[in-house]
Parts: sequence; C-alpha cells; structure tokens
Amino acid sequence: MVSAVSATDHLRNDEPVIGVLALQGSFPLHIASLERCGARTRRVRKPADLEGLSGLVIPGGESTTMENLALRCGLFEALGKAGRDGLPIFGTCAGAILLGKGTERPERLELVDVEVHRNAYGRQVDSFSQDLFLAPFDSPFHGVFIRAPIIEAPPGSSDCEILGKHDGNPVLLRSGQFLLATFHPELTRDLRVHKLFLQICGVTGSCAEPEVPGEAAVNLLREKSI
Amino acid sequence: MTEENNLTVENENNWEEKVGLAKMLAGGVIMDVTNAEQARIAEEAGAVAVMALERVPSDIRKDGGIARMSPVSKIQEIQECASIPVMAKSRIGHFMEAEILEAMSVDFIDESEVLTPADEDAHIDKTPFKAPFVCGARNLGEALRRIAEGAALIRTKGEAGTGDIIHAVRHMKLITSQIGELTGLGEWDLAACAEKLNAPRDLVSQVATEGRLPVPNFAAGGIATPADAAMMMRLGAEAVFVGSGIFKSSPDPAKQSIVARAIVEAVTHFDNPSELVRICQNVDVAMRGEDTGDIPEEKLLQSRGW
Repeated sequence: MVSAVSATDHLRNDEPVIGVLALQGSFPLHIASLERCGARTRRVRKPADLEGLSGLVIPGGESTTMENLALRCGLFEALGKAGRDGLPIFGTCAGAILLGKGTERPERLELVDVEVHRNAYGRQVDSFSQDLFLAPFDSPFHGVFIRAPIIEAPPGSSDCEILGKHDGNPVLLRSGQFLLATFHPELTRDLRVHKLFLQICGVTGSCAEPEVPGEAAVNLLREKSI
Repeated sequence: MTEENNLTVENENNWEEKVGLAKMLAGGVIMDVTNAEQARIAEEAGAVAVMALERVPSDIRKDGGIARMSPVSKIQEIQECASIPVMAKSRIGHFMEAEILEAMSVDFIDESEVLTPADEDAHIDKTPFKAPFVCGARNLGEALRRIAEGAALIRTKGEAGTGDIIHAVRHMKLITSQIGELTGLGEWDLAACAEKLNAPRDLVSQVATEGRLPVPNFAAGGIATPADAAMMMRLGAEAVFVGSGIFKSSPDPAKQSIVARAIVEAVTHFDNPSELVRICQNVDVAMRGEDTGDIPEEKLLQSRGW
C-alpha cells in the first residue's frame, strides 16, 4: 500500500491544518470538535509546530500553567509573533486570558486590546452554565463557564466586535483574526463556535454531522460529552 | 430513571461544571502543599492546582494518630496566596468536613483514604454538593460506585506517601483492562458484569459503550519523579497528583522547585523520551521513599474505603 500512503501524504500537504496548543488543558476536546467539523489538526508543543498552520486554538485550562510551559520552550514568544504576523487564533477561557491584556499573572500575549480578568466570577462554586444568545447564531448556545474570566467591555472606538454578552460582559468577542470565548464550546457537542473560527481561518471543513442536531440528539450527545 | 430526568438532575447539581473543571485540569500536575510558601513554589512551577494539607502523606504515615481535615486557617492561608484552584481533603464519609470545605469555596474536595475514615458504612453523598469531588479507586467497580455517589473525578489509589509507584501502576492498568473487557461484551452480559463489579448497571453500560470512565481519571499515590509522572500519563492517566514527591525530595526549596518544574514538563511531554532527558537534566534529588512490600496489608492506606 505504498502508493496509497504517499497519495495521502500529498493530500495532507495541501490541506489546511489547524493547530491546538497542547501544553495543558482541554486540547483533546478541541481537537475532537475541530475534527468533527472536518478540519485537520496538529498538536502544538514547540515553536516549530506553528509552521504552516491556518489557525490556532488556545484551549481552556490553567493560564498560568500554559504561560509557564510556553515561556520555557520559546513558544510564548513564537505565539506572539505568529499572531502579529496574521495567524488566526481562537482562545477559550485560559486562551482568552492569554490573548488579551491584564496586569495580574500570567504574562499575556497582548494580541487583542481588551483587559481580561482571571477568575473574575470567583471560585469553582461560582461556576455556572447558561444558554447564550450569540449574534452569529439563530438559536441559543449552551455556555459552560468554569472559574471563568471576564472580558472588560472595550471602548466604543475599539475594533472589537462583541458577538455575545452575559450580565453585560462580553463572552464571545472577535477582533480581526482573533476570537475570544470566556465559556467552553469544547465541552459541548455544538460545533457552531468552532465552525465560526474555521470561517475566520478561511477553512471550510466538510462536516459529517448536522450543525445543530435535533433536540434528542443534543441531549444524548451532551450527556456523552460530560 | 429516564434519560431526560437524568439530565435534569445532573444539571441541577452542576454536573457539567464539576466534570468541566476536572477536564480543564487535564494534562496537568496537582501538588500537595502545606503552606503559602509551598503553594507559591507550586504555582510558579506550573501546577494546575494545589492540594492544601496540614501534613504531606509521608508525614501522616510516619506520625500515625488520626489524620483529619486540615485546619481552616491553613487552607485559607493557601487560598489567599494561590490563584490556581485549591483542593482540600475530607475524611471518607465525613460529610461535615466536606460541607465546611464547600462553605470555604474550596475548588475540589478530595474524599481521601489518606485521612482516617469517619464512617465505615457510607462514603459522602456527593451529589447535592456544589463543589466537585475527587475520590480514589483501585478498580473499575470502586470507580463507578464513587461516580454513582457523585464524584466528578477519579484518581488511582496508589499507596500515598511512599514514593513507590507500583500500586498506582497496578490500579491504572487494572481499570484500563476492566474497561477493555466491558467494551467487548454484548448487552446481555452487562447485568452480570454490573453484579460482579458491584457497580450500577447504567454506568456499566455507559462504560461499555464509550470505552472510558464517565469522568476523567487521574493518577495518584507514589508518584515521585518526572519519569513516574510520564509513565502514569503513558498508562492513560489524564493528569497526575504529586504528594510527598516534591516537598520531600530535598529540604532545599530551590531543589524542590526544580523537581516541581520537571514533573510539570514531564506530564506535557510524556510521550517524548528525548524531551524527558532535557527535562530531567537538572533533577538530582528524589524523595527517599518506602518499599510498599515492607508495609503490612493492614497498614496500607488504599484499603480504606471500598
């Protein structure tokens, strides 16, 4: 099957690849969501892994842990450079913290001009889930917030587009090729936020699953994913 | 109970948020700490969470006596200085200690065999709590019984405080192989299997269908070195707890910090031995440890709980 293998390799070289920062956190769930959207993915653990990507996801997890590990191997600097050079990046929770700005730990990439406050709702007992009305979608999106950060609403002059709010604070925000979510779409089987990011990346995955599964399917899928 | 009812109950008890936090800790290291200074070392080394304790398990073993929930002031001291999640232990069955920990906004409660059990008949009913619980397990049946009681995270019951990895390895491999056996079974065999495992039938079915536990599975007990941590990840653990391995590696905080950082990196790069060489380069200390083969059966902490 030598010919089959080389044919696949050839195909792989041409296909866009979405990277997922795989230092710590919910990266396996993001990889699963992106692959369900039909996208090809790559785990990013060192600067060289960023080469040739069409987009990057920074997952949920502990932002201080990711910052720490990224700083040690030169990846932190490389992530900042890739973002400034135009790489689309989607950050969820810890990822949103790293993409934004802030005075407290961890050190930020400062690719998006918004303040993101860590653990802003409180501790785990203050974690919650909430159906969200997000501008790009016709029906609510089930948002799971885990020790979530709060994005400070940007000033009117900002180029940030607020795509959804909870209690007056942005929960989904786009700024150029960057997308920030303070909730965890990777914890649900709803692929709409991942598809939105793939659109930003200019990648249209061929999706085998319906975008919004029927209610029974949602319940079943949600139960499976938890 | 219908599937729909199940979902309602789960959402009412913050099931999504509880398991969600466990999933966010994946690929990380949770470190036992006994004071603010150690919590600072842990956080700076890249720990995903700290376990606030009065004494690390190896000292609990050595000191004997009754081991209880840590003093409130000790936990608060650690909460004040840590920005990462803070966990704390309650005794098995001691729901009052758990309620106190929840009222203190502890992020994860470990109903732990490292402390002296408080109830010989019942583990804590963890379902009504808003705080998530982690519980130890030596086999699939024990893991599923804890999940049925509301545990949002399982960890292997290695032999805590020994620095001897053998029990963590045994229990991780056993749980993996028991899950493997279930996935090959037909629906008609599951009832007998549930009976054999002494576990709820619906959870046994779920494991058989999905090929994994319904909640994340971390490794704990006896993990002392970066290589130990990487090995547990290779065996399928989604994250590791390190107890005495860090702060009993050396009296020198600088050396403790090197061990802590190396274990954090080893968990990220667990499948890359050449990276592990670099990671272990500066590590020249490890806790002395205790061969679990020398410990009489009745002194093993892991046999607490059932």
